[in-house]
Amino acid sequence: MKPAVDIGSIVHAIPRRAFIAHSGLLLSGAAVALLSGRDALAAKAGHGAESDLRILNTALGAELEAIAAYQVGAESGLLQKPALDLALTFQGHHKQHAELLSGTIAKLGGKPVSARDKYAFPVDTLKTQVDVLRFAAGLEKGAVSAYLGAIPVFGNRDLAKAAGSILGDEAMHWAILRNAVGDVPVPEAFVS
Amino acid sequence: MPAFRRRAGLLAALLAAGLAFASQGAGTAAASGADAAVERGARVYERCAACHALDADRTGPRHCGLLGRRAGSVPGFPYSPAMRRSRIVWTEASLDRFLKAPLQALPGTSMGYDGVKDERERRDLIAYLRAAGQGPRCKPPE
Ligand code: HEC
Repeated sequence: MKPAVDIGSIVHAIPRRAFIAHSGLLLSGAAVALLSGRDALAAKAGHGAESDLRILNTALGAELEAIAAYQVGAESGLLQKPALDLALTFQGHHKQHAELLSGTIAKLGGKPVSARDKYAFPVDTLKTQVDVLRFAAGLEKGAVSAYLGAIPVFGNRDLAKAAGSILGDEAMHWAILRNAVGDVPVPEAFVS
Repeated sequence: MPAFRRRAGLLAALLAAGLAFASQGAGTAAASGADAAVERGARVYERCAACHALDADRTGPRHCGLLGRRAGSVPGFPYSPAMRRSRIVWTEASLDRFLKAPLQALPGTSMGYDGVKDERERRDLIAYLRAAGQGPRCKPPE
């Protein structure tokens, strides 16, 4: 049996440097490559462009939901510092992912989906800080699986690379959230 | 058999949660037949959790009521034209085909996902979807 979670250990599990705030939009190499030059991107898109656009828009929809989910967590009153800061930092990453995705969709001539007015989160099951962090961990784990599942189906290799870049970030979120609730942070050698 | 009862409790919890969150140690003891498949399937279903829930439309449509319904038929969900026009009815066989390679099984689908390649994982996943469809998360409100 794993030990019961205590809030003190959560505070320990999150080092201060985990949420040093980033100012502005710092884009990774992969992101920069995507945002540079519509022509280069379009030239490589080829006949898979329509399919790539659908995949990008589905990913964007999930990112927008993740942003909203962290907002619900942050406003729930259940998160105390430092977990609250962590949630806001991760939400900031998802905002950057969403910006990259919608920018790329526009560059490829598509129409980015926008956030829904309403999301159905299982708020009835979120009663404690640990519940919120576990819920976030589940979403991040799902996001890792989703990007893993997107990488092989992109026609454009640059898009697959960008998906890999986002996957890495979300896997880190997942591990930190697991650690914060006292689960083994990295349970397996592979993600699936 | 206390071990069995614990397992049944876990199963109920997984079904109730709809989103099955990680539960270590759950897979260690051997459980029998159908329940074990459903439990394994719940864990495979975690891969769908970025986009799907049992009882709510998210980036993907809700899965309550999936077995037996026509593809693309949840009212109000913005399906791709390909899904809406597919004339698929979701059975174990059609789900198996779709989930193995969604974009090949249904070109034009907006479910941009490579699929669940392992046959046993797909079988477990479909067993979970069937069981969860009859679970507490999918019951109509009283
Ligand atoms: C990246 C987001 C995403 C992931 C991950 C994902 N799906 Fe989907 N799913 C969708 C979308 C979007 C649709 C609607 C597709 C369309 O309209 O073409 C869909 C549709 C479906 C449908 C058809 C439902 C209906 O009402 O006709 C099934 C079944 C399904 N998904 C099962 C799964 C399962 C099982 C998994 C996990 C192995 C999964 N999906 C993973 C986004 C996703």
